[in-house]
Amino acid sequence: MELMTPPLIVKQPKPIEKETADCHKPHIEVENLNLYIQNNHILKNINMAIPDKSITCIIGPSGCGKTTLLRTFNRLHDDSVDVKITGKLFVDCEDIYAKDTEVTHIRKKMGLLAQRPCSLPMSIIDNVVYGPRIHGVRGKRKLYEIARHQLHAVGLWDEVKDRLKSPASKLSIGQQQRLCLARGLAVEPEIILGDEATSALDPISSKTIEELFLSLKDKYTIVLVTHTLRQAKRIADYVAFMYLGELIEFGTADQVFNHPKHKLTKEYISGGFS
Amino acid sequence: MKRLEEKIFKILMIGSTMLILSVLLYILFVIMKKGLPSLSWEMISQIPSGGFYLGKEGGILNAIMGSLYLIFFSVLISLMISVPVVMYLNFTLRRKSRLAAFARLTFDVLFGIPSIVYGAFGFTVMIFFGLQTSLLGGIIAISLLIIPVMIRSIDEVAILIPSELIEATKSLGATNYETIKVITRQLLPGISTAVLLSVGRGIGDAATVLFTAGYTDSIPTSLTQPAASLPLAIFFQLSSPVEEVQNRAYAAALILTIIILTLSFAARYFSRRLSKNKI
Repeated sequence: MELMTPPLIVKQPKPIEKETADCHKPHIEVENLNLYIQNNHILKNINMAIPDKSITCIIGPSGCGKTTLLRTFNRLHDDSVDVKITGKLFVDCEDIYAKDTEVTHIRKKMGLLAQRPCSLPMSIIDNVVYGPRIHGVRGKRKLYEIARHQLHAVGLWDEVKDRLKSPASKLSIGQQQRLCLARGLAVEPEIILGDEATSALDPISSKTIEELFLSLKDKYTIVLVTHTLRQAKRIADYVAFMYLGELIEFGTADQVFNHPKHKLTKEYISGGFS
Repeated sequence: MKRLEEKIFKILMIGSTMLILSVLLYILFVIMKKGLPSLSWEMISQIPSGGFYLGKEGGILNAIMGSLYLIFFSVLISLMISVPVVMYLNFTLRRKSRLAAFARLTFDVLFGIPSIVYGAFGFTVMIFFGLQTSLLGGIIAISLLIIPVMIRSIDEVAILIPSELIEATKSLGATNYETIKVITRQLLPGISTAVLLSVGRGIGDAATVLFTAGYTDSIPTSLTQPAASLPLAIFFQLSSPVEEVQNRAYAAALILTIIILTLSFAARYFSRRLSKNKI
């Protein structure tokens, strides 16, 4: 790929597709996305294509818009009146910001893992089957099977199988985060969004979550916002580096970490600023 | 020096707790001492007969039923108004919204308005609609009195609900209605406290019902009939020169206290059961 770097703004004409041989059709495609909060330009002309069945980490210093970007994927800005969004965002080639797109349908495709686990005020099993239940799955047996399957998937089954009926808030914070992941997986999403999903957890729990992400990437497209570069290095297939609301660089983990094209990326990765 | 300071404040804390407790216990003691002898099955099972206020037979069932009707319907109405208001303040408006701040200030002010003002206001409203003193008038006035109490105490809990909870349900594809159901479940402890507080405030208040619900010796059978209430029963009997009637006022106070105690224990038990099962 040719490299003509204009002073700060790098053009990003879907670099992945050209670079990797075994490239998939992009699962999430962002086109000229701009986001304003009360006239503040928060996201500036973002273009990126997130490939299927892989882990993409969004890195960058605090306040650069990582979380804001992640939330646009899920249309979580919908309820904030002072947020204005322009541009297009395709998930499975469907423009999710188009007028006639139904928001619950979009959100059902994505499981969101927040920074701090937020269990719903109900029992463990009800937490997991909450999603299926609101989407119309009925029958005790069926719901139980879903719960068992998803709790197995996140490695929580053996820890909670004897107390499925006790409140989810009784679990440790690491267990709750896995429960939230199971809850997200239960609506059968295609995409998992993680917003610093391990930052509130102890090292062992966060290692468990990381391993889960690695095991889940065969089936899901995973997009993570992370503060810790080491985590991104450990698990990312693709890395997006953001700075002050702009997407500076996007590429494979190897390329971004070992051969960064942009000066800012280089500085950030070598710990020049944070 | 530091230790002396610690000591002084410790004594202050213990002292004020003791003071307030002893006053409360003394009140209870007086009510029991004067009321228990006059308390009888007749008193809680009969309505006043002709010579009741002169110390003859009869009871205050009219006031007991009146008070229960009044508080039940006003709590119901207030809940139907307060819960949506709290939802709007906390989940539709932004946290730092000026309208929400203004509304909260207003509710705090309303909280502090003396109940006689609500009574007088209710009275003018009733006149405007051509209503006479009635159960309905009393219900409206008491609702006005307890709505601010209710809103503020539910609000205290609603403020603590993390926005992540809303996002968590929404990101699972829940509609607004389903999100509200989850939030309401989280609000339940707050709602039960609110009901408790407002029952306490509403059932014991004499001034609001004085002009609005009026007083009668019979049990109301429709919303347009006047209704008696326990605080007024106490008030009228206390102002009697007959000693026996005065003692009955204490018995009525005892009944009121028992009703409030029962209701609060019931509410606590209920909310604990609920939180054990679901939350």
